[in-house]
Amino acid sequence: MAITVSRPKLNWKERIYLPAILSGMAITLRHFKNMLFGRTKVTMQYPEEKWDAHMPEHYRGAPALVRDTAGRIRCVACQLCEFICPPRAIKIIPGELPSDDKFAKVEKYPNEFDIDMIRCIYCGMCEEVCPEQAIFLRKDYAITGFTRADMVHDKEKLLEIGGVMEGVVLKWNEKK
Amino acid sequence: MDYYFIITTLMKIVGVVFLIILPMVSYTVYAERRVSALIQDRLGPNRVGPAGLLQPVADALKFILKEDFTPAHVNKFYYWLAPCLAMVPAIATIAVVPFGSTLFGVPMVIADINVGVLYVFAIASLGVYGIVIAGWASNSKYPFLGGVRSSSQMISYELSLGLAVIPIFILVGQLRLTEIVNYQIAHGWMIAPFIGDWLNPVKWLLAVPMLISFAVFTVAIFAETNRLPFDLPEAETELVGGYHTEYGSMKFALFFLGEYAAMITGAAIIVTLFLGGWHLPVPWWGAEGFQWLLINGDAPGWRGVLGGLFNIATFFAKVAVLLIVFIWVRWTLPRFRYDQLMRLGWVFFFEIALVNIFVAALIIAYLPL
Repeated sequence: MAITVSRPKLNWKERIYLPAILSGMAITLRHFKNMLFGRTKVTMQYPEEKWDAHMPEHYRGAPALVRDTAGRIRCVACQLCEFICPPRAIKIIPGELPSDDKFAKVEKYPNEFDIDMIRCIYCGMCEEVCPEQAIFLRKDYAITGFTRADMVHDKEKLLEIGGVMEGVVLKWNEKK
Repeated sequence: MDYYFIITTLMKIVGVVFLIILPMVSYTVYAERRVSALIQDRLGPNRVGPAGLLQPVADALKFILKEDFTPAHVNKFYYWLAPCLAMVPAIATIAVVPFGSTLFGVPMVIADINVGVLYVFAIASLGVYGIVIAGWASNSKYPFLGGVRSSSQMISYELSLGLAVIPIFILVGQLRLTEIVNYQIAHGWMIAPFIGDWLNPVKWLLAVPMLISFAVFTVAIFAETNRLPFDLPEAETELVGGYHTEYGSMKFALFFLGEYAAMITGAAIIVTLFLGGWHLPVPWWGAEGFQWLLINGDAPGWRGVLGGLFNIATFFAKVAVLLIVFIWVRWTLPRFRYDQLMRLGWVFFFEIALVNIFVAALIIAYLPL
């Protein structure tokens, strides 16, 4: 069944169209004035002023490896993050810890640990799956590079972004 | 041969076109971007130079360095001709507009011809050829639709454009633009006759049809220059880019700058016809009481030079204010539908302008001015 949409009945003021134009121009003028005198604060002048201070607690930025307070790389090269990673951005080549190492009982360490930041989708699954609390998504968001090779974060770069994490479980330390 | 005349005229042409109009065009583009940004709570280009003031230079450099590409499917000759036709009429029109009084005794108008406004209409309506030829030569559907729209739109609004100025010529009796400015200096601006016997109610009564003329003329100039709310020829949402869809680099820039040059010319003509041209009276309480002091270039010595420069500055300041209004309107109003545009032009503005002529003529004929 066809529905007849009733057209609104306009009074003469609406039909003459000019008051609407003038009130519209008053609105844009108000926006213009507020912007001109700096009363509207919307824009962040990006390179000078950054998001860093306003970042929410749950922000997921670049993934990074962390060291604990003893200076140990927390990753044990279990490769769970490599398997869980949806875009397969992570590549780990494990190595064996020498028997005279202080943490020899850990047995494995990541010899190479690359994250391809072109592929990474910042989903945070690596952080979620990690049994060792070794990989975390930090708040870095401006990941740039001139080549594809530049965009692959190797172990040094990941550790540099990650830094030292405090307040995590230290299960591999010697028992007191 | 009158070498003095030739040299001063050449200097005026170069001065007006290259030192005033073209920089003004590029800075109108800049103003458009900044004002529209501020209206929309953004900032606009503010990086190149202080407050982004060098942005037009950067834009020009970009346009010049881009590849000048000609598509294979276009009609080459007309494709190249169209951008020139878009730019030239807009600049040529400025020749008859008096943009100042005198400077060093030289009248500040390039060509003071007695057909004045007729010349303006004749040349300005050539601007439509640029758009129509661009639309046709591009051999592509969107530019073609843009060209067709623009031709009917411009022809429709030229009617009200021409009719709107007739009350002025009934009143002044001349088409020469310098005479119109002189009349306004003697009797007050067309829409605000505050000089001379300003207590005469008939003058203010006559200002009513002049105001209507002013409104109709301004709206018609909007339509002639393809500005929003009448920018149907380049309606992005419907026609991609409109008539210049197939154009790139400097040829596109010529269309773009031609549009702004036409805006400046239109504003200059509005200022000359209705807003007193270069005239800005200064209130003065002298020996014989209150009077409006006329500043022009006639005074001897440096005061004359300063006066002449003041007149030129006044003229372009008025033009700049009108341009800001153009921009302001553009970023306020949505685009008309095409039938609404035609209805507005033929059913309303045409009739209003026509009736307005008779009202003005009756006032001038039967009431003592």
